[in-house]
Amino acid sequence: MEYFLQQLINGLTLGAVYGLIAIGYTMVYGIIGMINFAHGEIYMIGSFIALICFTILGLTGVASVPLAILVVLVVTVLFTAAYGWAVERLAYRPLRGSFRLAPLISAIGMAIFLQNYVQLLQGARVKAMAPMVTGGFVVTEKAGFQVTLSYMQITIMALTVVLMAGFSLVISRTALGRAQRACEQDQKMAALSGIDVDRTVSLTFLLGAGLAAVAGVMTTLHYGVIDFYIGFLVGLKAFTAAVLGGIGSLPGAMLGGILIGLVEAFWAAYFAAEYKDVAAFSILVLVLIFRPTGLMGRPEVEKV
Amino acid sequence: MSAGAAEPLLAVRGIAAYYGAIQALSGIDLEVREGEIVTLIGANGAGKSTLLMTICGNPRGRGGRIVFDGRDITALPTHAIARLGIAHVPEGRRIFPHMTVMENLQIGAVCAAEQDFEGDLDYVFALFPILDERRHQRGGTLSGGEQQMLAIGRALMSRPRLLLLDEPSLGLAPLVVRHIFEVIAEINAERDMTVFLVEQNAYRALGLADRAYVMANGEIRMEGTGEELLADADIRAAYLEGGHG
Ligand SMILES: Nc1ncnc2c1ncn2[C@@H]1O[C@H](COP(=O)(O)OP(=O)(O)O)[C@@H](O)[C@H]1O
Ligand SMILES: [Mg+2]
Repeated sequence: MEYFLQQLINGLTLGAVYGLIAIGYTMVYGIIGMINFAHGEIYMIGSFIALICFTILGLTGVASVPLAILVVLVVTVLFTAAYGWAVERLAYRPLRGSFRLAPLISAIGMAIFLQNYVQLLQGARVKAMAPMVTGGFVVTEKAGFQVTLSYMQITIMALTVVLMAGFSLVISRTALGRAQRACEQDQKMAALSGIDVDRTVSLTFLLGAGLAAVAGVMTTLHYGVIDFYIGFLVGLKAFTAAVLGGIGSLPGAMLGGILIGLVEAFWAAYFAAEYKDVAAFSILVLVLIFRPTGLMGRPEVEKV
Repeated sequence: MSAGAAEPLLAVRGIAAYYGAIQALSGIDLEVREGEIVTLIGANGAGKSTLLMTICGNPRGRGGRIVFDGRDITALPTHAIARLGIAHVPEGRRIFPHMTVMENLQIGAVCAAEQDFEGDLDYVFALFPILDERRHQRGGTLSGGEQQMLAIGRALMSRPRLLLLDEPSLGLAPLVVRHIFEVIAEINAERDMTVFLVEQNAYRALGLADRAYVMANGEIRMEGTGEELLADADIRAAYLEGGHG
């Protein structure tokens, strides 16, 4: 039971991270109908920017940990969002109106480019960071097994909940969110109504990259090791989460993220840890075969 | 009609348009003056919808000029044209299906001033009380007639100078069609709204219009006042026989 509880906590933490990244996949799919396969690399770049920021802050000797994290979050979100924006402008927008596979191929090319770009600039070796946030609560303890909820895990989950709630509000209540949904449902009509579709698409990439950046900061802090290749696996799992939740659906991405996090944590705990990735991707295959619209997706709206 | 006669609100001069390599419009010349109702009739596939869309920049007009309110809009992007005051009620209505009636109207108001919103909303609800009742219902669940009312309401929320209507009566019950035509006449009379109306219901449209154009194969074939065209033997034969809607 204690072991179960611990894996539940670990799974939820991981799921929060997947959920944040999955939103980027789902929103981009919703608005331009493509899978942004470079999104995992955007997360990876966010992790590197976070690491660089923490290193610089460490050198300048900022004493307050919460302040340092806040500063790094803001800086990382801004820079990573700029990357997300640039990827759309350079690799996808010129191909809009081209054949359907073109942006997809471009996305894969972009992903490879970004991996190599970071590898060239930062080296291929794994980079590690000493934990900044240590300690936590002991939830229960039995027969020498402690169930702990670390401060870092609390931070991740709390930040994720706040961001997702805020984000849902923006999408459902504000003019920006309405414009975003209008472009999702009918771009031609949105433009006829005076909405700048290109600008809205750009904003979608900015927002998705910003959330991935937060995930990057959090995982860098929590797990402490990164390399230029982490975007591939994490990205693929977040994509799985988006598909499981129903690609295009915002609450679906959140739910899917949490489910994939839990599956991975429990699979690693009770079955074979080395096959935890297989578990996540088996879900992808099963969902695609048996329920392509996912748990919360709606049937494909005709794109005109 | 003194100053308006000198310079029309909308002038299309020698415009062509293409879908890829296929030419859909050629040498289009027409104008719409302030306060007029002008109608465009023609057989299916003549290029009427294409012409309205070309005025809105998609597909882009080629080989000529489109001037709105003294400004060359030929090269402007669609959203910028909308922001200058051209509202389009497109063929098939194109309601945002997963948004509520209210949200659809809010999208319509994207290019209007915020302080006008409540007043304009009251105006639209006065024209179409059913929309008020359905304000929290999703657009996709409305009936065809209600969707057409919403599409017109959405366009009016932008406070347009020129209203483009593409076959607003298509597929609707006669009673609804009558209501919609009454509303078009009303906003023209009361709000001095300039209207450019595409209709397959030529009899009704010509009865309503100050002037009319007839289109075939991507070209303007004839123009005149509504009465003139109603009286024209060729027009009667081609568009009016049997269809008094
Ligand atoms: N999106 C499009 N792509 C290619 N051809 C089109 C498109 N829309 C219309 N057409 C063609 O352009 C011509 C004019 O169509 P349209 O403007 O819809 O005519 P109308 O509205 O008078 O019925 C038709 O031959 C039609 O097949
Ligand atoms: Mg048409």
